Amino acid sequence: MDALTVHRLHFAFTATFHYLFPQLTMGLALLILILKTMALRTGNPHYNRAARFWTKIFAINFAMGVVTGIPMEFQFGTNWSRFSKAAGGVIGQTLAMEGVFSFFLESSFLGVLLYGEKRLGPRAHWWAAFLVFAGSWLSGFFIIATDAWMQHPVGYHLGVNGEILLTSLSGLLLNPWLFWQYLHNMIGAVVTGSFVMASVGAFYLLTKRNEDYGRTFVRLGVIAGTISTLLMAFPTGDGQGKNIAFHQPPTLAAMEGLFQTEQGAPLALVGQPDIEKHRLDNPIILPEALSFLTYQRWGAEVKGLDAFSPDRWPDNIPLLYYSYHIMVGLGTMLIGVMVLAWLGLWRGILYRSTARLWLLLLMLPFPYIANTAGWITAEVGRQPWLIYGVMRTPAGVSSQVSTGNALFTLIGFMGIYTILAILFLFLVYREIDGGPERVLESRATTV
Amino acid sequence: METTWFCFVAVMIAMYVVLDGFDLGAGIVHLFIGRTDAERRIVLGSIGPVWDGNEVWLLAAGGTLYFAFPALYASSFSGFYLPLMIVLWLLILRGAAIEFRNHIQSLVWQPLWDAVFAASSALLAIFFGAALGNVVRGVPLDVSGEFFLPLWTDFTAGKETGILDWYTVLIAIAALLTLTLHGALWVALKTEAELERRARRVAQSVWWLLAAWVVLITVASFRIQPHLQQSFRARPWGYAFPLCALAGLIGIRILTIKRNGLAAFLCSCLFILGMLTSAAFGLYPDVLPSNRDQALSLTVHNAAAAPYGLGIGLLWFIPGMLLTVGYFTYTYRNFSGKVKTQGENH
Repeated sequence: MDALTVHRLHFAFTATFHYLFPQLTMGLALLILILKTMALRTGNPHYNRAARFWTKIFAINFAMGVVTGIPMEFQFGTNWSRFSKAAGGVIGQTLAMEGVFSFFLESSFLGVLLYGEKRLGPRAHWWAAFLVFAGSWLSGFFIIATDAWMQHPVGYHLGVNGEILLTSLSGLLLNPWLFWQYLHNMIGAVVTGSFVMASVGAFYLLTKRNEDYGRTFVRLGVIAGTISTLLMAFPTGDGQGKNIAFHQPPTLAAMEGLFQTEQGAPLALVGQPDIEKHRLDNPIILPEALSFLTYQRWGAEVKGLDAFSPDRWPDNIPLLYYSYHIMVGLGTMLIGVMVLAWLGLWRGILYRSTARLWLLLLMLPFPYIANTAGWITAEVGRQPWLIYGVMRTPAGVSSQVSTGNALFTLIGFMGIYTILAILFLFLVYREIDGGPERVLESRATTV
Repeated sequence: METTWFCFVAVMIAMYVVLDGFDLGAGIVHLFIGRTDAERRIVLGSIGPVWDGNEVWLLAAGGTLYFAFPALYASSFSGFYLPLMIVLWLLILRGAAIEFRNHIQSLVWQPLWDAVFAASSALLAIFFGAALGNVVRGVPLDVSGEFFLPLWTDFTAGKETGILDWYTVLIAIAALLTLTLHGALWVALKTEAELERRARRVAQSVWWLLAAWVVLITVASFRIQPHLQQSFRARPWGYAFPLCALAGLIGIRILTIKRNGLAAFLCSCLFILGMLTSAAFGLYPDVLPSNRDQALSLTVHNAAAAPYGLGIGLLWFIPGMLLTVGYFTYTYRNFSGKVKTQGENH
């Protein structure tokens, strides 16, 4: 293995692991805010206890997000120093803004949300929930703004020594790529939050414990989940697809497995990209659908990979193709499950329908997989560029960190993250097993 | 403009050391101060609601450094690759120890995490100290502004030095002592009765060691980095920084004896701020000196981002930090007073 591969795996592994936590906290922040709003509206302490339970789960995930997030910021300097030296003046803006505007907000008011309920009164406590929500969604905004600039650089010009100089901060923050990517990502986080909440609710109903909470969690999870899964497909998924079609056409071709330029290009539902023969093996296609989805005309021409020189092709087409198809396939399945559950809710049979509750319970891993596959699509799709059209990936890596050192720390992270994952699952299981009522008792006895 | 940002970054880093410093210090001393599980819970309770927020200063300081001095960030983070990775692992273990300790009642579980918490806190203090020592001593920067240091070589602080040599080890121990004292003063401030007494005793004995050590590192620093002396000669007003540190150090002693916990802790903050700003002032305009050739040093000028970015950065950074000061004042006021019985603050 060469140093570049190890550095890429290093970032890919730590980023993938890290994002398991923020995708839940960003989604849950919204759902907790909804629970707090219901508590304030109805005056029913049931919703406050429900919110408190999810805040505990949120806090464990938040702590995991912080400890796995610090390595992300560090790695820009440690493993990608030439990228940082060239582009730090641009993306440093958004990363520093994240620290200044969102981390302080989020961490300060999470403390208030966790420990300040008695002292503050319901209205001020609602504001704490709101500020935690605002902090986490702002944090998401600055990170997506950073990634959006790497996907579609704007507001800069190149200096004499190849350094990248920021010329417009508003350009950076209003990047046309950013709008759909941000919404698509944040609603993806709501999907994860909804499924986790519905899944825990289904668990309570199936085990016949905390059933009143189980019903609340299933109801809120299913309603939020139905809305968010539908919004994932349209308009946000569609909008993000058009971003790629207009700004990264070779990526779109590779994602869809379209090797030849075609008028009335088909949409491949399944198939295996065959890199050597430049074709899609064993495809099942919808004729002309790709042209329609991209350009709203059945006969429109969609450029295939043959229209671009191979040095602009993403360097791992099968990974890109499969992760994109996994994302879309799972997304479709998640819509189906949520609509089915919503119909049950509407007819008033969901809480008694063992089959549907089992289905909700078992769906727990899939929004995580779909979100992860989506990010793999975005980041592998950006290749072979580190900054699209400006800097190639090999040009950004730290030149003086050897393969051995990078491999050592990659393995070290794998080990330490394994321990973290075990502890995390154990803690979350204890919270769920204890249920929302236990939270009350334990607060009086533990520090 | 670069100088303004140099000051901001220095203040951000100093704030991180002052704030996370006391919870690191509480981690270092909690095995000695808290003898029983209940006592250790109280010590942990004294940092429980704030340590996470304190650690955010590291991220924010890192982000600000990245944005204002990208070349410095790139060079130092890749050059100190191994120690930084170890710092990350220690931060992760330490966070895990604080979060996981209280979830199982067992005669093995708590002592295990207490040991992890104490060891990772102490090692972090040592690593941060060594990092500061390296920055003061200088590193073997090449023409492209890059370097790579092994963890140690022969400890001579010569041209072929490693991260650890006699000088950086001295600074590492100074950091350990400083944060031990800082943490003990915090615990004394936030607890009462026997715990408070023990914390004060730890603070008083560490103080003598630290006072002696400060003399040692002052002499050593001026020897190893001649640039320090030039800075203070050229701009004598800079003596205000070491004088602040000295005043803080003496204040700690007097106020601990007078049992004024809050004032003693604030003096400790002043001492840390004074020491760090003295180092920053002494190095300026260098941000990472080269120990081979002065001309290769990274300075505020050649490491800074472009003027447009730095200028527009002020527009959001200043209001952002004012907001942050607001949140922190609010949280710390909410959390003022002693940690009395277990359970009160959680």
